[in-house]
Amino acid sequence: MYRYDQYDHLIVRERIAQYRDQVRRRLADELTEEEFLPLRLQNGLYMQRHAYMLRIAVPYGLLSTAQMRMFAHIARKYDRGYGHFTTRQNIQFNWIELEQTPDILTDLASVEMHAIQTSGNCIRNTTTDEFAGVAADEIVDARPYAEIIRQWSTFHPEFIALPRKFKIAINGAVEDRAAIAVHDIGLTAVRNEAGEVGFKFMVGGGLGRTPILGSVINEFVPWQHLLTYTEAIMRVYNQFGRRDNKYKARIKILVKAVGAEEFARMVEAEFADLKDGPETLTREEVERVAQWFNPKPYLTLPNIDPRAEHADNKAFANWLMRNVKPHKVPGYASVVLSLKKTGVPPGDATAEQMDFVADLADKYSFNELRVTHEQNLVLADVEQSKLFEVWQQAKARGLATPNIGLLTDMISCPGGDYCSLANAKSIPIAAAIAERFDNLDFQHDIGDIELNISGCINACGHHHVGHIGVLGVDKDGAEWYQVSIGGAQGNESAIGKIIGPSFSAPQMPEVIGRLLEVYVKNRVEGERFVDVAQRLGVAPFKEHVYATPIPAGAKVGEDEYA
Amino acid sequence: MPNFELHSHKQIIKHREVVDDDWSVLKLIEDGTPETVEVPAGKIIVPVKVWLAQREQLLGRAARRELGIWFASDELAHTVKDDLDKFAVVAVDFPKFSDGRGYSIAYNLRKRLGYQGELRAIGDVLRDQLFQMLRCGFNAYATRQDRNIHDALKGLTVFSETYQASVDNELPLFRRHQRGALPEHSDIGAGI
Repeated sequence: MYRYDQYDHLIVRERIAQYRDQVRRRLADELTEEEFLPLRLQNGLYMQRHAYMLRIAVPYGLLSTAQMRMFAHIARKYDRGYGHFTTRQNIQFNWIELEQTPDILTDLASVEMHAIQTSGNCIRNTTTDEFAGVAADEIVDARPYAEIIRQWSTFHPEFIALPRKFKIAINGAVEDRAAIAVHDIGLTAVRNEAGEVGFKFMVGGGLGRTPILGSVINEFVPWQHLLTYTEAIMRVYNQFGRRDNKYKARIKILVKAVGAEEFARMVEAEFADLKDGPETLTREEVERVAQWFNPKPYLTLPNIDPRAEHADNKAFANWLMRNVKPHKVPGYASVVLSLKKTGVPPGDATAEQMDFVADLADKYSFNELRVTHEQNLVLADVEQSKLFEVWQQAKARGLATPNIGLLTDMISCPGGDYCSLANAKSIPIAAAIAERFDNLDFQHDIGDIELNISGCINACGHHHVGHIGVLGVDKDGAEWYQVSIGGAQGNESAIGKIIGPSFSAPQMPEVIGRLLEVYVKNRVEGERFVDVAQRLGVAPFKEHVYATPIPAGAKVGEDEYA
Repeated sequence: MPNFELHSHKQIIKHREVVDDDWSVLKLIEDGTPETVEVPAGKIIVPVKVWLAQREQLLGRAARRELGIWFASDELAHTVKDDLDKFAVVAVDFPKFSDGRGYSIAYNLRKRLGYQGELRAIGDVLRDQLFQMLRCGFNAYATRQDRNIHDALKGLTVFSETYQASVDNELPLFRRHQRGALPEHSDIGAGI
């Protein structure tokens, strides 16, 4: 993975000094809270419901085991023994003292980490496919380009006070696993007929209160112009993005207002001035960065079927089917460690689990881990012959739930238990649904399904693109949940449609149950829930869900997870 | 009653030093319109709109180096592209420190239009913005008067290296320095 050189180290060190002084000035009242706000946000520090939350950057989701152990250390020393992996491939700590944040940054810097631009109205951390570099269907390894964008966007002087936050995602595989259509800029790394790398630029996607899928504004920007073309987009957005209304300030509103064609024309006009300028990438620079992502010292191994030796072990077979992904190098596989065990908030990991997964990665996956935007962890490079060992060990620590891509592999934001923006809780809803459908045979029968839960319209849980989306809403001071179906991320991205009036928390498991009943009744061979939802539309689902009243039932035990 | 206000700073930061300043910034108020406002005598920085409306009358004062203009954050640099060399000062207003349009205005004035003279940040200008302002081409800062200007000077020296090109550095880091030699051994990720 990318290693920092003297310049990266210097910039991070100077950042800590700057931030430490900003905290000192805030505490000495030399900075008002209003003035401090954007400064701390650009360092990932939010004031949440109970305490400060610190969001630490995990650039494109890639972690060394030393970095993971540092998270465990931070969890123990500064927090309550756990952390939360997010849909931004980052980690958040929820119980942080302002005074301690400079020290946390100093600890992080010792393993080449920081919290730069994990929040605020600036370019956020660039995300990518968690299987970049190892996926069997990869066309271009997106990681070097993500790192190049990371460096370029770090403290970019012109784009530090944008109209709103700005998110970039890159996909370099046949299948889009980076949800590029719902990002401000969604890049697809492609090759032209001559085999040269370029980027398809999609702009103006996003969720939140106005969910919009991005529009392609350029089918092929040669790799040399990655930064200059991005800069052209940023300059158009910085000048013309709306600033009068926070809710209409994202680039998607601008692109929609002027139209994708006109927006593309505005970008071209900016780009004409930047093209071939100093930010044009050189082969030397791309190769310098790419060398850090070079293939690992893989052994020459035959492909084997790990099932063969354990043919009668159904639990292992289930895990292989759901949690193990194909690898481009023979004899290897990628393993998804599920952070979605029933009873645990999605994405949460304890310090002990962090240390444990670091040990696993040291032993089985070249000292590296990855964070997925579905809030799981990945061991990207496991020898097939070691899969049984890895499974046994992960299972002993509650990290081998064979549910990747299944109903209980839910995305959920932290919701009202933590987040001051939330209108409703998310974690107890996720927990109640997980409990109701805990039966793995049932889940395997339902097959691939994405259930995404957000506690408010800001959509951190990506509910719009869930096959089933759940949105917490506030009605007269009470928490209600609106349900949509037919949303999807990836190549077939779609925004879900709301099925009807919202539900109370205790009704939610039954609502999900009824949606699944319609699916099971109507599916034909090989059809996923989302396929049926898109084929039939909302009507039959709506009819069945609302046919008879759902009893309010027992209250969900939310305090258990708070 | 005049239909404008004059704002002046006793001291500003210019070329990394605190210096005395004798300019006033003219802001329209109430029924003031760019066409009718009477620009008072002295060294005045007028709104771009006033310059565009009264260009003929103001040319003489500009020639005596007694006139500057200032951009509101929603104005574009190229609206005065042919006149830039006429002004002793060009200023860009930051109505709120969180409004980042002024950075692009500055960038365009310098890089696109080649403006070489004094480029002054005015308005809600705080210490923690100065470094990015410097990078986008500002060389003068009328920092907020309720704060210590000597303290604000420290905002200009936050970072000694930067990744990307801008007005202050024509070249990005990767073109300025030989970067990142490979480690001697290949234990990537271990023992950091």
